[in-house]
Amino acid sequence: MSVGEKLLGEEDVVGELRSGMTIAIGGWGSRRKPMSIVRAILRSDLTDLTVLSHGGPDLGLLCAAGKVRKVIYAFATLDTIPLEPHFRRARESGAISDEPLDEGLVHLGLQAAAWRVPFLPTRVGLGSDLVRDNPSLRTVTSPFDDGEELLAMPAFRLDAALCHLNRSDARGNAMFLGPDLYWDDLMLQAAPTGGRFISTERVVPTGQLASEGCLHQLRISRMMVDGVVAAPNGAHFTACAPDYGRDEAFQKAYAASAASPEAWDAFRAEWLDLSEADYQGKVASS
Amino acid sequence: MSTGTTGTGVEISRAEVCIVAMAEVFRGDGEILANPIGLIPVLGGRLARATFEPLLCCTDGEARLIADDVTFPGPESPGGLTSGEGKTVEYWNPYRSMFDWVWSGRRHVVMGATQIDRYANQNFAAIGDYSQPKVQLLGYRGAPGNTLNCTTSYWVPKHGPRVFVEKVDTVTGVGWDRATALGLDGPARFFEVRQVVSNLGVFDFATPDHRMRLRSLHPGVTVDEVVAATAFELVVPDEVPESRLPTPDELELIREVLDPTNLRSTEVPG
Repeated sequence: MSVGEKLLGEEDVVGELRSGMTIAIGGWGSRRKPMSIVRAILRSDLTDLTVLSHGGPDLGLLCAAGKVRKVIYAFATLDTIPLEPHFRRARESGAISDEPLDEGLVHLGLQAAAWRVPFLPTRVGLGSDLVRDNPSLRTVTSPFDDGEELLAMPAFRLDAALCHLNRSDARGNAMFLGPDLYWDDLMLQAAPTGGRFISTERVVPTGQLASEGCLHQLRISRMMVDGVVAAPNGAHFTACAPDYGRDEAFQKAYAASAASPEAWDAFRAEWLDLSEADYQGKVASS
Repeated sequence: MSTGTTGTGVEISRAEVCIVAMAEVFRGDGEILANPIGLIPVLGGRLARATFEPLLCCTDGEARLIADDVTFPGPESPGGLTSGEGKTVEYWNPYRSMFDWVWSGRRHVVMGATQIDRYANQNFAAIGDYSQPKVQLLGYRGAPGNTLNCTTSYWVPKHGPRVFVEKVDTVTGVGWDRATALGLDGPARFFEVRQVVSNLGVFDFATPDHRMRLRSLHPGVTVDEVVAATAFELVVPDEVPESRLPTPDELELIREVLDPTNLRSTEVPG
């Protein structure tokens, strides 16, 4: 590889992760999730993870496979299926602990980490039961004349961030082509150097990036990225607009596998206990 | 079965009364983001903009503010909801931009509620003990931040005693008693839970201690029916007016432009 190239495979990313880590996963609900890396984690012996996510099937799969100790989240949904069934099961059975947040607090926790300040002040959360249910939250008094009491949202302490982008060059300059970047850029900025990984639909030469979309979609810089995985269809079965939509039939089968341990075992044997190449081959021919 | 008729004898459905009631919550809001979530609230927001609140901004449910009154989107598909096709886009509004509107107060949100109490403390996170719930629902989502920062109303399609409860299991959206305790002239100075619209009537908090009050009854609904479907003691004025019926123009907008396939009747029958 030439200078600054960061191409690697899903298994290499997993090799950089450790049990017990706190990992942020990009995308939103069942949209543009780094599913090929999630599937590699499912095949690994990693365990005891804390997962921060605008939760979708990434969260559900990791919970169902027993990889998760704690979830930091504001919601979990499959979009066309309003509630994430595997996440529900994990919460209702007491299999995982959690730190609930408001979506805006997730934003502030990431921004604080990215800017290297201990917290950011906000009104969000005051008066609600978040203060009861999330012991990491504190209040802070404004040092100015107003003396207002605000909520202090602490910076997240991430060990890694995983995101899926539509296009990237080999050095990690990447872009989203769909309607929303979600929090991908902030997650990558909030994670420490060495732990920031993206997968991408297509690796293109740097000179081609500007013509893949518009300038303003080029929002991920190589300064935010330590490794790039070429993963065509890597967000399957979540939506990856405009490259492809959600595989609704597959998602339904996934959701149905939350019905019983037997159903989950069958789904896992059929779709998860196989290599990414075999998975993609099977998806293409089904 | 209709729940009312106009002066000219046109039958009006309960869903159509609910849409008008939902539109009315935005009256006076001016040039802000009307952000109703759910079918009936979205139709209400679009109706308000098409009639008496023309400056409202509306989202397409994804990352755009749209200027035209397109019909309620169908199932998400590539080239469908996620594309700008057929929409008059007036602003790019990714999820993160929503906080700019919420935290600056330029938004009126309509949320759902799995549970709501007399002060409008709302829960849609979990039923039972939060630490290991009997039923895990959506999560806190944006409810704590919404209620403390921007105007909030609620929509409940099935009014019943398990929704209108004495005490919610988890407070996701902050209610009037908690906001008052924080200080309506201090940390909670941007708080306003305005109205609750259900399939039975409209409710507000225009009482000395901001307890929920029956504001109007949808045609065909009795006070007794509402009281029986509410687990807490509701403030019921001596005279309860009937919810406003759609004008002929509003009815045409609802039926011909906003919801020509009558999706509204799937959420509120009758």
